[in-house]
Amino acid sequence: MSESHLSFFKPNPATRKMLHLVQEGISAGFPSPADDFKELRISIDQEVVKNEEATFYARVSGQSMQGAGLDDGDLLVIDRSQEPENSAIAVCFIDGEFTVKRLKVEKDCIYLMPENPRYQPIKVTEENQLQIWGVVTYVVKKV
Amino acid sequence: MFALVDCNNFYASCERVFQPQFEGRPIVILSNNDGCVIARSNEAKALGIPMGAPAFQYKDQFKRQNIQVFSSNYALYGDMSHRVMTVLKRYTPNVEIYSIDEAFLQFKGFEYFDLKVECARMRKQVKQWTGIPVSVGLAPSKALAKIANKIAKKFTAKTQGVYVIDTEEKRIKALRWTAIGEVWGIGRQHKMRLEAMGLQTALDFVRLPDDWIRAHMSVLGLRLKKDLQGLPFIQLEEIDPPKKSIATTRSFETTVSQWGDLEERVATFAVSCAEKLRKQRSNCSALYVFVRSDPHKKGATPYRNSCTVTLPYASNSNLDLSKYALTAAKSLFRKGIHYKKAGVIALGLTPAETRQLTLFESHVGKHQALMYAIDKIHHRYGPHQMKLGNQDLKRTWKMRQEHLSKRYTTALTDIIKVK
Repeated sequence: MSESHLSFFKPNPATRKMLHLVQEGISAGFPSPADDFKELRISIDQEVVKNEEATFYARVSGQSMQGAGLDDGDLLVIDRSQEPENSAIAVCFIDGEFTVKRLKVEKDCIYLMPENPRYQPIKVTEENQLQIWGVVTYVVKKV
Repeated sequence: MFALVDCNNFYASCERVFQPQFEGRPIVILSNNDGCVIARSNEAKALGIPMGAPAFQYKDQFKRQNIQVFSSNYALYGDMSHRVMTVLKRYTPNVEIYSIDEAFLQFKGFEYFDLKVECARMRKQVKQWTGIPVSVGLAPSKALAKIANKIAKKFTAKTQGVYVIDTEEKRIKALRWTAIGEVWGIGRQHKMRLEAMGLQTALDFVRLPDDWIRAHMSVLGLRLKKDLQGLPFIQLEEIDPPKKSIATTRSFETTVSQWGDLEERVATFAVSCAEKLRKQRSNCSALYVFVRSDPHKKGATPYRNSCTVTLPYASNSNLDLSKYALTAAKSLFRKGIHYKKAGVIALGLTPAETRQLTLFESHVGKHQALMYAIDKIHHRYGPHQMKLGNQDLKRTWKMRQEHLSKRYTTALTDIIKVK
């Protein structure tokens, strides 16, 4: 192939629209003027779920991340499609337990940082079994 | 090219996503009612737990060898399967969901892609997004993709979970490696016959003359041969064909010996079949009903029996199926037997839209409106809200699920807790 400049575009499934099925059929008489303006009701999923297949939920137990706004009983939205990066808040599985902490990546180790002065950072070394389970993207709380 | 994507030890992997402490430890999953082993992790296989092992017989071994036991959690497995399949659909529009943990993918027009690289990326993405490990076999035909998948799974360290059969040399090697009974589509009967003829591997099979295969294994056998030769004769089936038979069979929590108790169970199973039929818009024209005593109970009279009743007209009504299933069950019932299991299987399924009229019966479609109403009520208020008079109204029959994990992805009350 010589000089061909092709750009490929992929549809973005995250922005797909649901269409309304008009079921009323056609009948004599005056049609409802609202039919042409039907829209789907707002769902919180539109805001917090970016990739349905990678989205999981967890419940916060305890106060270790209070400073980041994660309180006991809050609902966390976890998006496993996001790459865990330094300073991301992530759900981790360490030494037989799920925990939510902020990641701090150093040269040869990772720290799981709480955001509450009453809790100690967890230093993760090769001896620990760490699985970064998924990145927390939203927190849903009751006011 | 075709790819077969298969989830590794799917049920065990689903449990491990939400309980990672069982990573690397032996796991078994039990059938409905905790009857027998239906899935095993690699570690449990290595400890010699066979498929179908009765749970009560292996109870001590589970304990002794620290094998983690789970009841089957189909709410979880179903949702995780759906997640995996949806990720796969990002890679090609042509996907055949072959079972809860397997899918065929067809790549048409991907000539300028390195499919091995794409499949490796897909495998990584499924693992990261859903937590489920998969193996991928890539080949010019479905039957070969199936074999390539086995190789990918068997030699994970070397293949990194993706194996491609893309040369004649690799194809021959793969066929020679595959025992005749392991070939997709060769069942027990054919396996025994072919082995008796001295055939051992898939390679021996493709060397049989076309005429012989057509005569003894029909055109399906011939298609399989071509497929194994790398000529895609078996097509992708993207649309689910409606199920050919529908069954509800269960072991009871405790044995029952009264007709009234057995009647209640059979009626409930019949209603469950009717609901499944309506879901896929089918009618059935016959019912197969069986009952069985407890085979493990010493001293009790062993008994098993079955019978088939033909319905006067094809139906999917709760009332019809219950009525005819009970006619059958009544004829099977003997006094003094401790019944442990029964089942209703709907046979002769026809589409609900096309119905054969009969000369003498005018019942046809009589219950349709009623069934529609019942289904709507169940859809809105949850299942088991409306029952027939011969079903147990007070309690919904509970399955034995002593080792059930939570519905981590389908119930907000069951999501994981994080400290």
